[in-house]
Amino acid sequence: MRAFDAARWVARALAAERTRTALTILGFAIGVAAVALLGALGEGLRRFVLAEFTQFGSHLVAVVPGRSETFGVGALLPTTRPLRLADAATLERLPGVAAVVPVVMGNARVRAGDRARYTTVAGVGPGAREAWRLRVAAGTFLPAGDLARAPPVAVLGDTLKRELFPRRNPLGAVVRVGAWRFRVVGVLAPKGVFLGTDLDDAVYLPAAWALAIFDRPGLMEIDVLYNPASSSERVAEWVRRQLVARHGMEDFTVITQDQMLATLDRILRILQYAGAALGGISLLVGAVGVATILTIAVADRTAEVGLLRALGASRAQVGALFLGEAAALGLAGGLAGLGAVAAVQLLVRLALPELPLGLRPDFAAVALLVSGAVGLVAGVRPALAAAALDPVAALRAE
Amino acid sequence: MGPSGSGKSTLLHLVGLLDRPDRGSVRLGGVATEHLAEEERAALRRRHIGFIFQAFHLIGRLSALENVELPLLLAGVAPAERRRRAAAVLERVGLADRLDHRPAELSGGQQQRVAIARAVVTEPDLLLADEPTGNLDRAGGREVVDLLEALNRGGITLILVTHDLELGERAPRRIRMVDGAVAEDVRG
Repeated sequence: MRAFDAARWVARALAAERTRTALTILGFAIGVAAVALLGALGEGLRRFVLAEFTQFGSHLVAVVPGRSETFGVGALLPTTRPLRLADAATLERLPGVAAVVPVVMGNARVRAGDRARYTTVAGVGPGAREAWRLRVAAGTFLPAGDLARAPPVAVLGDTLKRELFPRRNPLGAVVRVGAWRFRVVGVLAPKGVFLGTDLDDAVYLPAAWALAIFDRPGLMEIDVLYNPASSSERVAEWVRRQLVARHGMEDFTVITQDQMLATLDRILRILQYAGAALGGISLLVGAVGVATILTIAVADRTAEVGLLRALGASRAQVGALFLGEAAALGLAGGLAGLGAVAAVQLLVRLALPELPLGLRPDFAAVALLVSGAVGLVAGVRPALAAAALDPVAALRAE
Repeated sequence: MGPSGSGKSTLLHLVGLLDRPDRGSVRLGGVATEHLAEEERAALRRRHIGFIFQAFHLIGRLSALENVELPLLLAGVAPAERRRRAAAVLERVGLADRLDHRPAELSGGQQQRVAIARAVVTEPDLLLADEPTGNLDRAGGREVVDLLEALNRGGITLILVTHDLELGERAPRRIRMVDGAVAEDVRG
């Protein structure tokens, strides 16, 4: 039997049972669409989160107090020495380092005239502008100079500026944070929301002043921006050696962004696979549908099987024809499912352009192959049953 | 010939290589067939044997022409040649104007003539007919018997199973079966 004739035979057999075939394809298509959509959603989510995390700049190394592999439980140990402004200052002179940001974060009430607001206070240094990719909309950022002797000046986030100085130029005005007064020297351009936090609802002060406001002995973190020409491992090693020399021991942890992103990426990939696995369950249900419909088809067409055998078809040929029907149902289901996914993507792109949902062409090709294969596997049992039919008994059916 | 349950159909299925004997041998052209592999027996059926059934066994979703093409399709004959040969045979059985009709659109006699065309399109050596007139009215039965006799006169060996005495009497050799055994074998 020629391959083309076999394909045509399969198509005719499926077309003869229009409703049955359509419903089976629909069931399978839903499974394929579920796998593809959940997989694409996971992929989109992964890309979105990674993009969120790299918006602060992608060449960062962070130092946190305390010794631990990931995050600072060790910060509570009494032998730990705090990270000081002087530590941050010495890191600036290391090779490959472009900027250093001492970080002290907290919440405090910020007052300007008769308006006040609880907001994030970010104690940083002039290097934050470059390291965190902050853009100044008006005025200047924190001035360069000795971190420990920084003047009492403040830079407002976009939201805070609008809350405290509606329709008013804040440059030169004075804001009070706790017991201290700061002169506003700049306003930042909007930065957006990061994982639920409004980055614009913040005031940026020199770290030395933030340490005083929150009465902390040391910095929460030092961010080091390195030149793209250097590597995170090299810079991390320089930083480690420099701080060990100053502290006499490694009572701090250097985290490279690569490590952070790799950990994050691992977690997100697991989420992505979990999504695809959930979709896989619906695909399994679709496959059961194919198996069911083929079992019914073999029962319905028992006499036809007997006839084919009498006309000289071998057991293998009969089985192969039914397997072909199963594979065709799988392929058609896969195609319909991907079509549905493409339609959903188009709608999503029109309605919610910011929701990431990417279906890759290589993924689509694999999905089609898998669909055909799943259909084929679903058809094995009924095809074997058809091949095993005794032709004499089969001819007597009907 | 013989009453139902006498073993006529079983004998026919054995001869047609659809069934294997528990004991004894089925020889086709002098070659024992009972121990051949399934593939080889299928190939022998394809090349040498044509079947005609009481229930016609036409495939409802296919046209008359496509039904007749079926054995050629299974044998891997090219589409154009297949169509030409099937159309020629259908013309011979008097259905040249019914090529594109579905079985449901044909009378019983016409359906059985399509089935006969299907059985002879491969030019088999042996034509096996199991009660070919059993599902037909008198007129339809006559059409089919006339056609089978014409084919037989044309040189094809025909083995016909029936319990219709009148039909049986027309055969040049008559084997009568009772209770699974040959009771009588008459020539002339």
